[in-house]
Amino acid sequence: MDSALPPLAAYAARLGDDSLILGQRLGEWCGHAPALEVDLSLSNVALDLIGQATHFLGLAGAIEGAGRDADKLAFHRDVMDFSNCLLVEQPNGDFAQTIARQFLFSNYQALLFEQMAQVKDERFAPIAAKALKEVKYHATLASDWVVRLGDGTDESKTRMVAGLNWMWRFADELFVMDDVDAAAIANGAGVDKAALRAAWDARIDAVLAEATLARPAARRPIVGGRVGRHSEHLGHVLSAMQFLQRAYPGANW
Amino acid sequence: MYTTDLSGKKAKPEAAITENPAKLAAFEARVAADEFIEPKDWMPEAYRKTLIRQISQHAHSEIVGMLPEGNWITRAPNLRRKAILLAKVQDEAGHGLYLYCAAETLGVSRDEMTEALLSGKAKYSTIFNYPTLTWADIGAIGWLVDGAAIMNQVPLQRTSYGPYARAMVRICKEESFHQRQGYEIMMHLAAGTDAQKRMAQDALDRWWWPSLMMFGPPDDKSPNTEQSMRWRIKRDTNDELRQKFVDITAPQAEAIGLSVPDPALKWNETRGAYDFGDVDWEEFYAVVRGEGPVAKERNQARVKAWENGAWVREAARVHAEKRANAKIAAE
Ligand SMILES: [Fe+2]
Ligand SMILES: [Fe+2]
Repeated sequence: MDSALPPLAAYAARLGDDSLILGQRLGEWCGHAPALEVDLSLSNVALDLIGQATHFLGLAGAIEGAGRDADKLAFHRDVMDFSNCLLVEQPNGDFAQTIARQFLFSNYQALLFEQMAQVKDERFAPIAAKALKEVKYHATLASDWVVRLGDGTDESKTRMVAGLNWMWRFADELFVMDDVDAAAIANGAGVDKAALRAAWDARIDAVLAEATLARPAARRPIVGGRVGRHSEHLGHVLSAMQFLQRAYPGANW
Repeated sequence: MYTTDLSGKKAKPEAAITENPAKLAAFEARVAADEFIEPKDWMPEAYRKTLIRQISQHAHSEIVGMLPEGNWITRAPNLRRKAILLAKVQDEAGHGLYLYCAAETLGVSRDEMTEALLSGKAKYSTIFNYPTLTWADIGAIGWLVDGAAIMNQVPLQRTSYGPYARAMVRICKEESFHQRQGYEIMMHLAAGTDAQKRMAQDALDRWWWPSLMMFGPPDDKSPNTEQSMRWRIKRDTNDELRQKFVDITAPQAEAIGLSVPDPALKWNETRGAYDFGDVDWEEFYAVVRGEGPVAKERNQARVKAWENGAWVREAARVHAEKRANAKIAAE
């Protein structure tokens, strides 16, 4: 978490960082997907996520009131000030691993935005309401692929299981609540994420059952993204993403 | 050009001769009257073959063209530029898709076309065998490459083959959008810091001549132009289009304070057009032969994507089959 951000701004930044980093990851697929149609759908999702990031990071900057806009936040913070969850920064891996990440995340984001679209705060609610439509589609897209790959060939099943295994340890972090969440709820902007867990489990289980896949065994959750304790991967994501802004300080693009 | 004849060989004349003369005459009359030929209509074999080559080459160009630009998606300088670039590359994928569909109406499958691309048998525009080194290259590609593509594609909206013409209408709208966005990037850089201006000039220096090459060899070295023009598959000659491109683009460079890397470029009052220097055709033919600076990288990227995706496509196919069988069993 960016220590300089007041709680409500930090809350918006977390939402923005989640979308930004996942959008950035999906952008890596562009031109390299298994089929043209898949290329199109992955870049569609990336585009939605970059749009959400722009809104939420813009809001974070506005709440902070120190003159930082979305770009300033996206391109001029270091790893320790990024507050995305660990799940979204995980490497693309093969297509199954990418789908596993999207499946766990988009189903969470859909539940989150369903609630957030109804909060009192007139800045958060409309962004969430708009994003909800997009995110529902992302969840369907990813879920459909989980089913296809899980109930496809032996190879696709093996890969889907491996992908889910890679990502599963980061799922719990999605539902962890802390002071920033509490402050956002108190201000009529936040959502009780812990309360989304049961519905998320039900959705995930239903899709896994259809995909003829077993739910991965529970394991010790890995957390820390929300407070800037990231994996080694994020630094590399940022070094590519921020390269131009860092190499040409003060330039306009 | 995406659609330039890169075969370099004159099409075999026998093809036209063995056709039924009455049918051929009726066909040629329809084309001359600017009627659209539709998939179910009779058409000479040579027409069908030329179209398959041209449309699939155009489709491949869209797809391979995603690579040099996709190269900068993760490094776009701000969120707005990132979103615009993502949307642009996505448009190009869409163009590839419509064009593959248009070619499929002529009796060739997408898999066959893909195999031809990956094996190097099918060509794609020479321009995409050059690397994108800086952010300014994204501006230069939009401005020059999409700009050049429009020159040749606008007339193709009235090309004789209906599905191709209709795909072109849709594609042209998006290409002109891309051209404006690219020019806007260049405008910004040219008006920016010294370092940005240098980046923009360097991009123009590298992309100018390859852009002129996109229109294909000079008319006297373009053996199939006449036939293609008679069939309304092509509506202007390579040299005409190249001249048009220079006439439109040179003042655009000047307007933003960039200089075109051609000492011979000069407005010719009598011709009402720009005179310009000789294109290095040696380089063009080398790139057509597959010797462009990043030709191997482009091919490798496509092959890798295709091979790494094989298990995904297979899984989707098997899953659909399982679903279909389950449905039959339930009925
Ligand atoms: Fe295109
Ligand atoms: Fe384009």
